[in-house]
Amino acid sequence: MENKERYTISIYTENNIGLLNRISAIFQRRHVNIESINSSASEIDEVSRWTILVNVSEDQIKKIIGQIEKQVEVIKAYYHTEDETIYQESCLFKIKSDLLFEERQIQNIIKDSNARIVTVNKDFFVLEKSGRSSEVDLLYRELSAFGILQFNRSGRIAVTKEAMEITKLLQTFNP
Amino acid sequence: MKEQTALKQAPLTKDTERLSGAEAIIKCFLAEGVDTIFGYPGGAIMPFYDKLYHYQDQLKHILTRHEQGATHAAQGYARISNKVGVAVATSGPGATNLITGLADAMIDSTPMVCITGQVASHLLGTDAFQETDIVGISTPVTKWNAQITKASDIPTVLAKAFYIAQSGRPGPVLIDITKNAQFEELDFAYAKCHSIRSYQPVPETDSSSLQAAAELINAAQKPMIVWGQGVILGEAEKEFKAVVEKTGIPAAWTILGASALPTSHPLNVGMVGMHGNYAPNMLTNECDVLIAIGMRFDDRVTGDLKRYAKQAKVIHFEIDPAEVHKNVFADVPVLGDVKNTLAAIMPLLQERKHDEWHQNFKKLHAIEIEKVIKEDLEPSSEGLTMAEVIAQVNKESEGKAAIVSDVGQHQMAACRYAQFQYTRSNITSGGLGTMGFALPAAIGAKLAAPDREVVAVIGDGGYQMTIQELGTIFQTKVPVKILVLNNEFLGMVRQWQQLFFDKRYASTEMTNPDFVKIAEGYQIPAKKVTRREELAQSIKEMMEAKTSYFLEVCVEKEANVFPMIPTGASVSECRLE
Repeated sequence: MENKERYTISIYTENNIGLLNRISAIFQRRHVNIESINSSASEIDEVSRWTILVNVSEDQIKKIIGQIEKQVEVIKAYYHTEDETIYQESCLFKIKSDLLFEERQIQNIIKDSNARIVTVNKDFFVLEKSGRSSEVDLLYRELSAFGILQFNRSGRIAVTKEAMEITKLLQTFNP
Repeated sequence: MKEQTALKQAPLTKDTERLSGAEAIIKCFLAEGVDTIFGYPGGAIMPFYDKLYHYQDQLKHILTRHEQGATHAAQGYARISNKVGVAVATSGPGATNLITGLADAMIDSTPMVCITGQVASHLLGTDAFQETDIVGISTPVTKWNAQITKASDIPTVLAKAFYIAQSGRPGPVLIDITKNAQFEELDFAYAKCHSIRSYQPVPETDSSSLQAAAELINAAQKPMIVWGQGVILGEAEKEFKAVVEKTGIPAAWTILGASALPTSHPLNVGMVGMHGNYAPNMLTNECDVLIAIGMRFDDRVTGDLKRYAKQAKVIHFEIDPAEVHKNVFADVPVLGDVKNTLAAIMPLLQERKHDEWHQNFKKLHAIEIEKVIKEDLEPSSEGLTMAEVIAQVNKESEGKAAIVSDVGQHQMAACRYAQFQYTRSNITSGGLGTMGFALPAAIGAKLAAPDREVVAVIGDGGYQMTIQELGTIFQTKVPVKILVLNNEFLGMVRQWQQLFFDKRYASTEMTNPDFVKIAEGYQIPAKKVTRREELAQSIKEMMEAKTSYFLEVCVEKEANVFPMIPTGASVSECRLE
């Protein structure tokens, strides 16, 4: 069995209904778990960019990329290791407002973690943190001791160190 | 709809006309050169059928007896003609009945466009009568699919559908069209689709790969070619033959590659794979350069990958980049359309004969003749063999017939023993192994190529999976020859039970009806043969019939197909008994 590694997949696609189904089926068929998935606009008008995080062998990721690129509405797919990308995820905590005033420790945690208070009202406050997955994990552990009303975190978003020349590619597709 | 932005719009050639969506679908078909469609009406597709009524002189509709039959007929049509096969069905069960045919076309790269009716768009997602999420269901078994909810999208989306189905590596496309979109009107104008910005059907060929491939081929002492359906799909038979003849390399075929080079060609060394010929299987593990052309190293071809051609340098001519290194690592991948890459490599290749290397094939083939083929073709036992039936068909058709086979032992016999003279003569369900494929596929093939003799070779099991299509033959009078090889067993499964499950014949014995009477019920001339003396004359009668004809041949009940590479074994562990 080859060593599994964490890969960030970046996919540039046409923005179409049904493509999510088509892409996710590629992972499902091969029994590969998607750790996180994010779909959003990209730097190019009307082109979507997907960021998918998986834990697989390099042999597997190459084949998966081949299958993704084969889809008609996929412009280009890439895979990168952790060192090759700059990545972040984002999270929100909803916490009782009383704690903010009563627990000095919470204020320290907020300062130390570079988290940002999004809103405060008399019942609750909302804390936002962007960073590495491990930083979010740490903040979660620290705050959970005081009680968290709600917690939600995003999938990974990433940019690569190397260029991904989609605009140029689109020109060659469509001279 | 975003899709339109992805289309390169060709200039409209004529003014628009005001039409209903339903009529627009028909106009799109006609613009794409479609002359025959296969289908089955129902509620959500009725507006289309209503308009079709007025176009019967231009567009032939074949009413199959089940939507699965429509897909296989469309496949048979496509496989023999290289045109896009078209199947039409209603929503709900009509649509879900297309799935097997779509999956078959997907894995065997058959160009097909399926149109399904869908409930009106205001009912989508309400669990309306005969509503099913066919776009969701068909996604993994289509090259592309889409839903149309307004009439104005019909021309662009259908143009895209036909383009995708037949470009690059072909495949099936499903377009789901809501009933309201069929009723609504649009200003119709049709422009064929020629490119989609996110889609590169044929990858660019790296000229250094051609150089590297040529160097390997020229230096090889024991090269071997394995070709697949890519040669046929790329219409590259001529270029392929030129390469084979110039290099003198022994060439073997996968089941779907059969007939691209005549069976009798001196450089054709037979079929590879589980029930392929002994020599090419054994020598796969002895060759020094393996040249794969338009094939995808299916597990039925390779056996155990860890022991597949490990000694050889592999050159892979392939149109689909996802197939390169998928199962077998290619030392030299040559991406591109084989029609172009084979032509481009020709001048780089040296003329060779490889006489000594050919002797190895001849020696091993002699062993196969001795141990398998002789007994298959000239049996010492009383029971008829499948092989001698196929040999009789060869004789009567002089190798000109297109053989449409189903799935199982008879399929292996048909592929092993048919003497193909012309390309596109072997139509069978390869990748999916769909029992029930042959009868409807033969109907489609005969309609696409009325001048060719089309013989459906089917087992007694598969025959009963789509036997209702006799109704289609009866109604349309399409002169298909039906040859059922009846061993009263699901023979291939029984063979495995015998070899690997201690002869526990669980649910493989068939108690069959009187097939002759059934055929006669459809007024198809029918005959049953049980004895060798009757065989030649009966096949002759069948082949000479101007109408459709049903011939049942009762063959040996417990015969096995050999050679055989058991699952998990290596190609060089090919068994002869």
